[in-house]
Amino acid sequence: MSYKITEDGNTSTVFLDGEIDMDVTEKAKEVILPLVEAGKEVHLNLKDVSYMDSSGISVLIESHQKALENNTKVVVKEVSKSVLKVIMMAKLEQILNLE
Amino acid sequence: MDLSESKDFLVHTASLKEVRVFSREVFEKLKINNDLKEELVLAIAEAAQNIVKHAYKGVENTADHMQIKISLKDDNLEIGFFDKGKPVVEENIQHRKLDDIKPGGLGTFFIKQIMDDAVFKKDQQKWVNHLILSKKI
Repeated sequence: MSYKITEDGNTSTVFLDGEIDMDVTEKAKEVILPLVEAGKEVHLNLKDVSYMDSSGISVLIESHQKALENNTKVVVKEVSKSVLKVIMMAKLEQILNLE
Repeated sequence: MDLSESKDFLVHTASLKEVRVFSREVFEKLKINNDLKEELVLAIAEAAQNIVKHAYKGVENTADHMQIKISLKDDNLEIGFFDKGKPVVEENIQHRKLDDIKPGGLGTFFIKQIMDDAVFKKDQQKWVNHLILSKKI
C-alpha cells in the first residue's frame, strides 16, 4: 500500500493505493487517524485500492468512529467496484459516508 | 476440470499477499469468473488471516508454516487450511452482529457469506488445526 495526502483548508484527502490487508492496516491507521484526531475532515480516496479485506474495513470503521468523537467526518470517495462489494457485504454502505 | 494444488506459507501477515496470488493463480487455471474468484480469494485470505491472528496469537516471528490446499472435483470446491498453532475451540468462533458497528470480527462473517460450509476436522497428526471451506460452483 502506498498513499498521498493533499490538503485544502480543513480537508485532508488521503489517496490510498494498492491492496489493504492485515499487513498494512497499522500503516493506514498511522496515516489517517492523526488527521482525524486533529479535527480535519478526511476524504479517503479509494479509486486505486484494488483489494480490501476485513482488516481494511476495520480501518474505515475506526476512522469513521474516531471522526464522530472529534466532531468531524470521514468521507469515503471513488470506491472501486471490488472494495464496494466488500463494504456492502459488511452492510456498511449506510453507515460510512460514501461518495 | 478437476485440480488439486497446495502451497505452504510462512505464518506471518506478510504472507497474506502470497496467499492471494496463489489463490488467484489456481482459480484462473480453473477458469472461475472474476467476481466469484475475488470472493473466494477474500474467503481464503480471511481464513489465512485467522490463523495468523488467532491460532498464533501472541507468537511473534514464528518459523512455522501453514498449508493451503485448493481442490476442485465434480464442481465441488474444497479449500483446506492446515496449521500448527493453538488448537481452535470452535465454540469460541463467533462473528460479530452486523448492527454492532465496531472494528473487527468481520472475517468469519465474510467466510460464511461466501462459502457453503466451514468445518474443522480432527483428522491430522502432522497438523493441529484443519479447516475445510467448501462451495459448490
